[in-house]
Amino acid sequence: MSDDPFEAIKATFFQECEELLADLEGNLLTLESGSTDIEVINAVFRAVHSVKGGAGAFGLEDLVRFAHVFETLMDELRSGRKPCDDPTVKTLLRASDVLADHVAAARGAGAPVDPARSAGLVAELEALTYGGTAPVAAAEPEEDDFGFTPVAMDLGAFEAPAGLPDLPDLPPLPDLAALAPLSAPAPLPDLSASAAAGGWKIVFRPHPRLYASANETGLLLRELARLGPTRVELDDSGLPLLDALEPTDSHLIWTIELDGDASEAEVREVFDFVEMDCDLSITPLSGDGPAEAAPTAVEAESDASALARAASSELDIAALLASVGAAPTEAPAPVAATPVVAPVVDPVAPPPVAAKPAPAAPAPVQAAPAAAAPVTIRVDLERVDRLINAVGELVIQQAMLAQRVTESGLARSSDIGLGLEDLELLTREIQDSVMAIRAQPVKSVFQRMPRLVREAAEATGKKVKLVTSGEDTEVDKTVVERLSDPITHMLRNAIDHGLEGPEERLAAGKPAEGTVRLAALHRSGRIVIEISDDGKGINRPRVRGIAVERGLIAEDAVLSDDEIDNLIFLPGFSTATEVSDLSGRGVGMDVVRRSIQSLGGRISISSVLGKGSTFTLSLPLTLAVLDGMVVGAGEQTLVAPLAAIVESLTPSEADIHYVGGVDPVLRFREAFVPLVDVAQAMGFRDQPAALKGAVVMIVETESGQRAALLVDAIHGQRQVVIKSLETHYRHVEGVAAATILGDGRVALILDIDALVTAKRSRTPSRSDLQMAS
Amino acid sequence: MTPIEQTLSPNVAGTDRELIAFRIGEQEFCVDIMSVREIRGWTPATPLPRSPAYMKGVINLRGVVLPIIDLGARFGLQTSAPTERHVIMVAHVGSRLVGLLVDAVSDIVQLSDAAIQPTPDVASEQVKSFVKGIFAVEGGRMISLIDLDHVLPESEAEAA
Repeated sequence: MSDDPFEAIKATFFQECEELLADLEGNLLTLESGSTDIEVINAVFRAVHSVKGGAGAFGLEDLVRFAHVFETLMDELRSGRKPCDDPTVKTLLRASDVLADHVAAARGAGAPVDPARSAGLVAELEALTYGGTAPVAAAEPEEDDFGFTPVAMDLGAFEAPAGLPDLPDLPPLPDLAALAPLSAPAPLPDLSASAAAGGWKIVFRPHPRLYASANETGLLLRELARLGPTRVELDDSGLPLLDALEPTDSHLIWTIELDGDASEAEVREVFDFVEMDCDLSITPLSGDGPAEAAPTAVEAESDASALARAASSELDIAALLASVGAAPTEAPAPVAATPVVAPVVDPVAPPPVAAKPAPAAPAPVQAAPAAAAPVTIRVDLERVDRLINAVGELVIQQAMLAQRVTESGLARSSDIGLGLEDLELLTREIQDSVMAIRAQPVKSVFQRMPRLVREAAEATGKKVKLVTSGEDTEVDKTVVERLSDPITHMLRNAIDHGLEGPEERLAAGKPAEGTVRLAALHRSGRIVIEISDDGKGINRPRVRGIAVERGLIAEDAVLSDDEIDNLIFLPGFSTATEVSDLSGRGVGMDVVRRSIQSLGGRISISSVLGKGSTFTLSLPLTLAVLDGMVVGAGEQTLVAPLAAIVESLTPSEADIHYVGGVDPVLRFREAFVPLVDVAQAMGFRDQPAALKGAVVMIVETESGQRAALLVDAIHGQRQVVIKSLETHYRHVEGVAAATILGDGRVALILDIDALVTAKRSRTPSRSDLQMAS
Repeated sequence: MTPIEQTLSPNVAGTDRELIAFRIGEQEFCVDIMSVREIRGWTPATPLPRSPAYMKGVINLRGVVLPIIDLGARFGLQTSAPTERHVIMVAHVGSRLVGLLVDAVSDIVQLSDAAIQPTPDVASEQVKSFVKGIFAVEGGRMISLIDLDHVLPESEAEAA
């Protein structure tokens, strides 16, 4: 974490961006599925708006510019001026991809955004924003969900900046020409009103929260004053007497009249960061603002409020600012300062008073209620891990204590025994809860996939629909993080190799649009990820041919369908005749399989020709604990991962044979599997184990090969906390990790695959020969 | 400074660094006291397969899987099987924590860097690669200052 506070804030911003972008995409997908819920559209708008706001604060101009165009279109959609139809949503989805790219580029995490792509989408978005709809639509009364005072002048707002080249976040307005005809036939009252741009009347009523988040009303007023000459009135009628005064409450209302030709956007920009914490109404001074009933705005003002203005203008703004700045903390100050204004404004000048109720009654800014999100906190992962470690120790200590008590001969029914039992239950509960902290829904990975599918579909010219399910399935954070690459790869594979092109699909009697399913579910203590397509399935003769061609299998090898399907996991296998840039980049399914295996998972495939293929990943829910079989070998206690064990049995001498008189194999159900003496393989013993009393565990490696592990005894099954050997030492061949058993001793967890393959690759040693003799 | 350290420390002059001295067989070595986290008695270790002879295995140090290095064997000295009288010095080596098996901890020494002499050429290459320098203490004893950075096997090179 950086020491620079600005960098820290920026990091937080990007973190939030990630969440916002995820929300954005999720909501867009909801829209794509046909929802027209205004809340969803609002949520999209808010997400884009927040990204833009934050980006503005950090001066990320490219991002701001793009977000602005996006936001403008969203504004049109949420106001109902533009229909939220399918093509629009499709464009929005692609725009959200580019927005994500902009964010990544701004963060320095991604390549700079292709300007042509960005510009292309900007043009598309603008075309949707400005084009197509008749100007009549703009004149329709607007419902503004954000509770801003009805403005009815978006077109005007866009016109104004034409004369204001200094507005930073507006696009270069290529549509100005297209806009002109809209305003030209213009007896439209709204447009003319806004075009006058004679200034703004701003009623600003801060909420207590505004002060609480350390905002200064004084600074805001000063900002406004920078846009043009201002007249500021302070309404302190809400201010209670001193003894009833709650210093942290907000009692003051400002009415600011801003002259000059500042655009509404500029005015709003001043309030950009406090918008949510105040009641704000911005109405054109000269226009027929909703509350103003005066015949001619300008005249009304000169007459009725002249006195008020005279009075208020006497107040030096600086003096006002000074008292305002002190308002939240030193309430008495404004009390002393304002009486001068108050009596003048109230009795004498009805028009401003008439205008004043506006902020009080309608238009609360929080019109769009935030979706009831669960309350969450951000916690440094390191802290969570420390807690998990400590709980791991607790579990071990508890087990040790229990063992000592048993050893000391105390009865289970004794008070201590009963207390220990409760302790054990509690410990388990704590452990489960702590593990749950690290558990995360796979949603964060799944959410990235629609984009990937869109891009893959575009690149291959296929039509693809992605259907996901089980996004809320939870799994350890480390597992979630490392799922992304394999899923990405397999989805691309499904689209590139699995699905057929539209014509081919139609010819096969399938819908032109292919379906790829991505599902997550819990199954017997593991998480299962399924990726299936309704494509052509695996072409077994072809797969076989390629495997033979690449020398992966012998030409005359007899393989079952399953075995042929599994050939695609072999290193160096790629069925794509041409190397496309999607998949087939040399790294194939073998890489996927390896990365899954490194997580303690398995991958399998089933396929029906012409119907499609399904890849199934099965992974442990956590990498912190493991279900293991505690075994003894050569006076050492070892743990074998339960997931790898198929069954255990007591071997008989007659079942053991020696291949070439050297390598021992065990006859197991009509098949011969290599026999590995664990104690010997681990170097605990030179001599082969006496077969008498020994036990064999049949294990299956991740690649599906079986082997028999010979151990002295099986002690039982238990859950163990995984401790890495690498933390303080280094990787040890044949050892996956270590754990601490109930007696406080360290036990090694076997790396089954390494044991089995090491056994096979080794040249026969003397001890093997002895065993053979 | 605790009274114990004072009684243990014959060389109070020029106290630039504090070293903890220990015995392996008849020889005395020392390491910087700041790198030693704790000293504990020997407990049987779980052996690791395919490890060099000086790797005694791993023990459970309050939940930490701690590798134990027989320092004498690492230096190429004669060592006997560890007994309960042997001592494990738990020391930081870089970001890692290792247990160093030695015969006994003998002293805490304070001396200035100036008192440390370079290792003479008579020492064997293996010892020299671990010894940063030597110095004399009262009673004519000679103590070798150990560089702990090299006691752990180079993880990449040897694991490959």
